[in-house]
Amino acid sequence: MSLGSIFLLALLEGLVSASVLALTASGLSLVFGIMRVVNVAHGEFFMLGAVIAWFVSHWVGGPPAVAFVLALGVAPLVVGGIAALADTLVLKRLNYEPEATIVATIGLLYILQQGALSLFGPNALPVPAPFDLRLQLIGFGYSGYKLAVIAAAVVILLSLWLILTHTRIGLVMRATQIDRNTARAFGINVDRVYAMVFAMGAGLAAIAAVLIVPIQQAHYLMGADPLLLSFSVVIIGGLGSLRGTVVAALLIGMVDQVIPIFLPVVLPDYGAYFTPTLAKILATLVVALVLVFRPQGLFGKRHA
Amino acid sequence: MLRLEGIEAGYGAVQVLRGLSFAVEPGEVLCLMGRNGVGKTTALRAIMGQVPVSAGAILVDGVAVQDLAAHDVPKEGIGYVPQGRRLFGDLTVAENIEIGLMTRGRDARVREKVLTIFPRLRERLGQISRTLSGGEQQMLAIARALCLEPKVLLLDEPTEGLQPSMIALIRDTVVALKETGVATILVEQRVDAALSVADRIAFISGGQVAETVDTGGMTEQSPQFAAYVGV
Repeated sequence: MSLGSIFLLALLEGLVSASVLALTASGLSLVFGIMRVVNVAHGEFFMLGAVIAWFVSHWVGGPPAVAFVLALGVAPLVVGGIAALADTLVLKRLNYEPEATIVATIGLLYILQQGALSLFGPNALPVPAPFDLRLQLIGFGYSGYKLAVIAAAVVILLSLWLILTHTRIGLVMRATQIDRNTARAFGINVDRVYAMVFAMGAGLAAIAAVLIVPIQQAHYLMGADPLLLSFSVVIIGGLGSLRGTVVAALLIGMVDQVIPIFLPVVLPDYGAYFTPTLAKILATLVVALVLVFRPQGLFGKRHA
Repeated sequence: MLRLEGIEAGYGAVQVLRGLSFAVEPGEVLCLMGRNGVGKTTALRAIMGQVPVSAGAILVDGVAVQDLAAHDVPKEGIGYVPQGRRLFGDLTVAENIEIGLMTRGRDARVREKVLTIFPRLRERLGQISRTLSGGEQQMLAIARALCLEPKVLLLDEPTEGLQPSMIALIRDTVVALKETGVATILVEQRVDAALSVADRIAFISGGQVAETVDTGGMTEQSPQFAAYVGV
């Protein structure tokens, strides 16, 4: 493979990571931006999406595409429902106090994780891709499904942006984000908005998981990585900023893939250093620098 | 139209309102005056359901609203212009107005009416509201509340920090609303502003109404202002 082909491969892999990360992190960002809740259980909603995709693909017969499309509909609905229930039963009762909700979502994390372990077991659960297509690019073959993941993420993120900026419910959500007391004074049922936002955030994580699970497999412990990376993305991009989330996800996704794939080829003498771990160290360093020099994130607004 | 009967309310263990009672009728402007911390803003917030009421009743046309969820209170026809305007600052002027309209399912007719009252807002519909001048922000805060077509309008220090021309515009708006039968409760620190629009002034002290006076015979030198407001 030529250097250009390897770079293109790294870019594509980076885009796949970034797409899934952008979807997952946008859910986390939405929840924090509007509800001011740091949802430590967000990674578990991602995990639930993946195991539900496995469950659907396992129990629905016929071609994988049918089960996949079904999973893409069922997983966000079920996970969103669980999230809305958690919001009503737990977070609302805590009056969305920041410290209390962190502790509560840590508890939720363990409940969901151990629940998945009990129901689905400790083994990795494979989910077949909806289609098997290999495209010949410049010098290498590439999975058509991975390109579809990128396209799907772009469509979903654009839809989310359109919902937030061009619909009445988006307007209500933005008003609630700015000032929940004043929103109430104008008839907005903030509790209902919060339940919906929490469900939407969890649903986005579930969709991301369904998209990636044919590549990664489902496992009850798979929520930790997406959670940590989502926090990195949200901190770099700025809490509550969808644009920032996408840009930061691209940055982290690219760093995550370009470093271990491309740099060892360019600098073979130092190849052993360019590992996925180095990519994560660099991402963490960027998070630290952002926290020091621009704590509101690249696209976030500074709050008084 | 709006009647408070023996309202007790506060923030946690701190009780601010101690048996507050007053009433305002259609087409009347009642001004609440008093020193800082006596409970004027708390009274408005209690009406809006933003401060828990531990005793007493708040009646709008006979309907008790003190136990309603805060988001159901404006649906009873109460428009609120909070202290400091509390606009949705990152939203445009048009979006702030849209929020007001959706509260009671109002339509383009009401939007047009409100923009006729405040034509300057029509020129700024696409502007982010926090970038408006102080006076324009106050216009928008009032316009947003008027989008509800309220029976009762609560105005919390609407003239605070505004230039005289803007104060005059707000006074004219309140007078015009009064003529349409809207009952207005105005919290005001400026004696001249209060006297220019209010029909009655309720002086609040210690979380209750100490004295209610018709403004007809009052001047800026009336002894109540020195006694209850400290001016």
